[in-house]
Amino acid sequence: MAQQSDIKYIAPVAVDIKKKKYCRFKKSGIKYIDYKDGEFLKKFVNEQGKILPRRLTGTSLKYQKKVAQAVKRARHLALLPFVTDNLKSN
Amino acid sequence: MVNQYETVFIMTPVLSEDQMKETVQKFEKILTDKGAEIVHQENWGLRKLEYPIQKKSSGFYHLFEFKADGATVEALELQYRRDERIMRFLTVSMDKYAIAYAEKRRANRNAKAAAKEEVVAEQPQEVNNESNQTEQAE
Repeated sequence: MAQQSDIKYIAPVAVDIKKKKYCRFKKSGIKYIDYKDGEFLKKFVNEQGKILPRRLTGTSLKYQKKVAQAVKRARHLALLPFVTDNLKSN
Repeated sequence: MVNQYETVFIMTPVLSEDQMKETVQKFEKILTDKGAEIVHQENWGLRKLEYPIQKKSSGFYHLFEFKADGATVEALELQYRRDERIMRFLTVSMDKYAIAYAEKRRANRNAKAAAKEEVVAEQPQEVNNESNQTEQAE
């Protein structure tokens, strides 16, 4: 999932093969996003550790806010970096 | 008003195992003295930090989950700030979803710990693969 969104970030997908995006939290019924789970939150940041926008991940507004909050908390606790290079490769 | 809170703090890695435990006990005592009810605690041990804090690249993590009023949190955070062994801390209040999630996570961890013990007891060579899976179920 993470890699897919990365590719999209570099080169926009062709319009005709565009797949409908959905909010994974709404779909799978996750109500709380844990800031302690750094590995999970890595799906919502790019290689530099920036939070990915909603238009790329498809997350709904309600959960995007919670993702952002969780990522920021994780950064404070050094579970996620503030800035880095190639986060996904290591 | 009594709320449920969750607090995670990072202790400096220069402490020995005993000093680390002593620090944890100190904060546990601060909480219980203030009349907080400790629901759960976890020691994550020495962990690598994603970026250096106070020029240290690792730290001891510890988590407390407790029920108390807001004044207790104030007192606890004041003690965190005064204690130079604490490098970083975070206290968050938990809503009902957080509490439900924490309970699920705890049950998961307990099951894994039990499974691990069983595996160790029966076959010491076999490493349990389940523990590598991510904790947040999709």
